Amino acid sequence: MSILITQFFNGLSLGSVMLLIALGLAITFGLMGVINMAHGELIMVGAYMTYVIQQMFAKYLPSSIDYYYFLAIPVAFFVSAFIGWGLEKWLIQYLYHRPLDSLLATWGVSLILQQIARSIFGAPNVAVLPPSWLEGGVNFAGIVFPYKRLFILLFVLVCMLILYFYLNKTPAGRRMRAVTLNRDMASCLGISSRKVDAYAFAIGSGFAGLAGCALTLLGPIGPTIGTYYIVDAFMVVILGGVGKLIGTIFGAFGIGLVSTLTEYSTSTTMAKVVIFAMIIAFLQWKPSGLVSVKTRSLD
Amino acid sequence: MLSIKNLTAGYEQSVVLENVSLKVLKGSVTAVLGRNGVGKTTLMKNVIGLVKPIDGAIEWENEDITLLSPEKRVQKGIGYVPQGREIFPTMTVEENLLLGFEAIPRKVNQSKILEEIYDLFPVLKEMLHRKGGDLSGGQQQQLAIARALVGQPQLLLLDEPMEGIQPSIVQLIREVILQIAKEKRVGVLLVEHNLDLAFSCADYFYILDRGTVVAQGDVAETNKHEIQPYLTV
Repeated sequence: MSILITQFFNGLSLGSVMLLIALGLAITFGLMGVINMAHGELIMVGAYMTYVIQQMFAKYLPSSIDYYYFLAIPVAFFVSAFIGWGLEKWLIQYLYHRPLDSLLATWGVSLILQQIARSIFGAPNVAVLPPSWLEGGVNFAGIVFPYKRLFILLFVLVCMLILYFYLNKTPAGRRMRAVTLNRDMASCLGISSRKVDAYAFAIGSGFAGLAGCALTLLGPIGPTIGTYYIVDAFMVVILGGVGKLIGTIFGAFGIGLVSTLTEYSTSTTMAKVVIFAMIIAFLQWKPSGLVSVKTRSLD
Repeated sequence: MLSIKNLTAGYEQSVVLENVSLKVLKGSVTAVLGRNGVGKTTLMKNVIGLVKPIDGAIEWENEDITLLSPEKRVQKGIGYVPQGREIFPTMTVEENLLLGFEAIPRKVNQSKILEEIYDLFPVLKEMLHRKGGDLSGGQQQQLAIARALVGQPQLLLLDEPMEGIQPSIVQLIREVILQIAKEKRVGVLLVEHNLDLAFSCADYFYILDRGTVVAQGDVAETNKHEIQPYLTV
């Protein structure tokens, strides 16, 4: 029983990390349809920002080093969002509806960003020391739930709620959904789709930064950290169904749970194989993913 | 006043409209009639800015708007109800209506405007939290018109608003068109292929055939039988 609970928890935890890295991509790729290969590097930027903030606290404010994380979160978000905004403004806006070109161009950007990180921080991985209040875990019925993992779960939950609130309850979110649904009609109502695109891309990139910030809790970070996660992130968004955020949630936790459970009964490599095989089979059956847009359309 | 001067327009290589001139006065309803495929919708798309003209000019309130983007034109007081309604299907009726406020950059009393809209279209108030895509065709059409009216336009472009809709709602839409023209002094450009319907609410008419204006005149002074030949298929 306790093994089952542990596995289930691990699955949830993996799912939450998957969700976090896929959340930003769900906006830029899922909603806007841009294949941004540099998304992983925006995750890396967020991670390095966390590292920088931690170093600065260690140097100038050693007494409050435990709280560096609360500054690192907004800094990671805004720096990544800013880079994303620039990327959209100077590159991607010229490549809408040209998926192959944007794939190549953003891949180039990803290599540039990696090299910049290598030049500034060096090629070897660096470790970010998690705040001391995240050490240890809750002991419940003989099973230990690490605080870090619980924190990431909570973090993802908060991110999801903020994103949900933003999209569904604010005028800016409403504009974004309108542009996603029908660009021409949105502009015929007075919405500037250019501005909405720029905002949406910045927000999606900001979420990548948040993911990077969270990933520093799980292990050392390096210039290529983004490339480890970018494939998973695309997998989650495609499995979930392009264009539906709720699908991304199902996709992330689905992959997380299935992969930990198969990993437990077989091996890590086998689990990867099983996951990929299952996704391929699933997409043969439902090419539009877990959640597809269903509505009564009249015209 | 909307003034279209010698407009030539089309898509890619094909010219759909040739040398079309047309005026819409505030407080009056101007109908554009014509058979299917003569360029009525292309004309509308040029006025709102979704299609850019090949030649000619579009002026609104003595300002040349030929090169402005649709969102800029909308913010200058032009409302657009496209053919096929194009409401946002996965958004609620309320959200669809709220998007209408995007046309007004300044702060406005939203609830007062919405109350006026609900008076015109009572059915929308009952459906506020339903998804736009779940509404019937007639309800969607009312929503599309209401959404445009929320933006307080001074010129309303209606592209076949009564097509495929039950008679009672056609009557309601007719009354709304007359009411906003007479009471709010809105200029209405109405595209329609049904002569009787168009004449029942328009003050002035233009008839398009093969992309050019072939007849025009005051509705009150024109005998329907004279222009019927332009519209029979």
